[in-house]
Amino acid sequence: MVTSPDTSVAARARYEPVIGLEVHVQLLTVTKIFCSCSTRFGEPPNTNVCPVCLGMPGALPVLNRKSVEFAVLAAMALNCRVNETSIFARKNYFYPDLPKGYQISQYDKPLAEFGFIEIKTNGGGSKKIGITRLHLEEDAGKSLHEGFPDAAEKTAIDLNRSGVPLIEIVSEPDISSPDEAYDYLTRLKEIILYTGVSDCNMEEGSLRCDANVSVRPRGQKQFGTKTEVKNVNSFRFIRQALEYEIERQIDVLEAGGMISQETRLYNANQGKTYAMRSKEQAHDYRYFPEPDLLPLVVDEKWKAQIAERLPELPEARRARMVREYGITEYDAGVLTATKNLADQFEEAAAAAKNPKRVANLVQSELLGRLKAKGLEIEQSPISMKGVALSADLVESGAISGKILKDLYDLCFERNQDFPAVYGKEKPQQITDSSAIEKMIDEVIAINPRQVEQYRAGKKTVMGFFVGQIMKATNGQANPKLVNDLLSKKLE
Amino acid sequence: MKVAEKDVLYVADLANLELSPDERPRMVRDLNSILDYIDRLNQLDTSDVAAMAQTSDRFGVDQSKRGSERFAYASRDDIHNGLRESLPRDEALANAPESDGNFFQVPKVIER
Repeated sequence: MVTSPDTSVAARARYEPVIGLEVHVQLLTVTKIFCSCSTRFGEPPNTNVCPVCLGMPGALPVLNRKSVEFAVLAAMALNCRVNETSIFARKNYFYPDLPKGYQISQYDKPLAEFGFIEIKTNGGGSKKIGITRLHLEEDAGKSLHEGFPDAAEKTAIDLNRSGVPLIEIVSEPDISSPDEAYDYLTRLKEIILYTGVSDCNMEEGSLRCDANVSVRPRGQKQFGTKTEVKNVNSFRFIRQALEYEIERQIDVLEAGGMISQETRLYNANQGKTYAMRSKEQAHDYRYFPEPDLLPLVVDEKWKAQIAERLPELPEARRARMVREYGITEYDAGVLTATKNLADQFEEAAAAAKNPKRVANLVQSELLGRLKAKGLEIEQSPISMKGVALSADLVESGAISGKILKDLYDLCFERNQDFPAVYGKEKPQQITDSSAIEKMIDEVIAINPRQVEQYRAGKKTVMGFFVGQIMKATNGQANPKLVNDLLSKKLE
Repeated sequence: MKVAEKDVLYVADLANLELSPDERPRMVRDLNSILDYIDRLNQLDTSDVAAMAQTSDRFGVDQSKRGSERFAYASRDDIHNGLRESLPRDEALANAPESDGNFFQVPKVIER
């Protein structure tokens, strides 16, 4: 539970939060950035290590080209300018999981700069959040503080992660609320997932986020003193941590105090941030160019090759799907939640006789049922292929809309895909003309007024008759046959 | 004098070095002498010389190659095969001052 300090609404309204985010994303290469050790997660500790990633004296880093390509791809997807020449630098600090005593990163000449992500604002408009820079670096190892017999005296170090390629994406301080921070991260993750350069798995640490946050009186140009919030492992918690931290800072200022520039850790159980005890000099990293590596040159030719692999990005895809399938923007958003889902949908739609009908069924029949059951679309019993099959059956007149609804209900009841349920139920349509004719005669007999209207030229009354027949047959009459016979009888 | 003893102590602290009282004046002297030498270099007019981060940028590369190709020899493909293998764990841990056979062990880290 979030327990916020008791800041009055009036006090809160006088301040404006300023937030910048630093996101680390692990790249999905097979080997590490500067050596050929495996990057696989969950291996026995200290088995994917070699002289390079252990920081042995004399070992030389050799750059993994794929990590560069992935970083450039992400940079392009985030609208960054990719610098033709960038320089690796050493970031010097001591920590037990950093065996060399420095991290190879990039500093004054990063791989890419000047990008942006567009987020939606409450008013229905959009806002650009600037991306200051995107650079390549290596990950450190992992410190384990608990779960060992001697954990009271010792910290255990696993260096399997040491040297795994990361991109760090630094935003401009353009974010002005915890909700915007949440949206920025959601968009960022979505875009990165579309490019396929990372799985963005937060549990496994493939995506990590630190937030810089300060508050200033509304209208003031100058930034307030910021704190850095770390140790937050979900977007929801980041939003909560920011909400807490903003109120805490306002409380401090309202009470006449000063914000001290510090790193704070978020405790999700308590919903509070705590100042981290640290040395004052912790942030003097003494960057200098890494002498063991050459300049990183991504020329136009290489850039063009990488750009070919840039997929259609979520925003553009949504706009196209709204156009092509006539679905709402909201539903396009649901269908493009993951690239995989959007691909499945479009593949199924393309294979179906009428792609728009597939989209309509997803919109009108599938999403509502999912929502009622509290399921995400990834958990749907009915696959996109299943939707496509059902659309074709309706299209050809093999089943009616009513039967389709019943079959969808059965799919959800039994948690089975449409083809399986359809195959088992084989809903029998009434295709016996004489039986239908008999019903039509009855309907005509008891609705003389409508018959008159129809014969007087009001052809829309046809719908009424079809509806009556369908009702009488529990939706099982073949709609095409009903239409044909009705037309004949009414003329 | 460009650096004083407090600067030397600051840098030594960042580098996790302990300097004895008689080492400090020597370090102050040496560092100042290095900085004086840099001052001499600064007398050169380098306004039309491009900044260079690595000497290997200019030397030791095939001068006929341009762009990404120029430094491609110093990068590698993202494959395991044919490249150096990871170390067996006992070898990786062999030089560790402390280990439990699976992990490196260090005195308890409280911060972070």
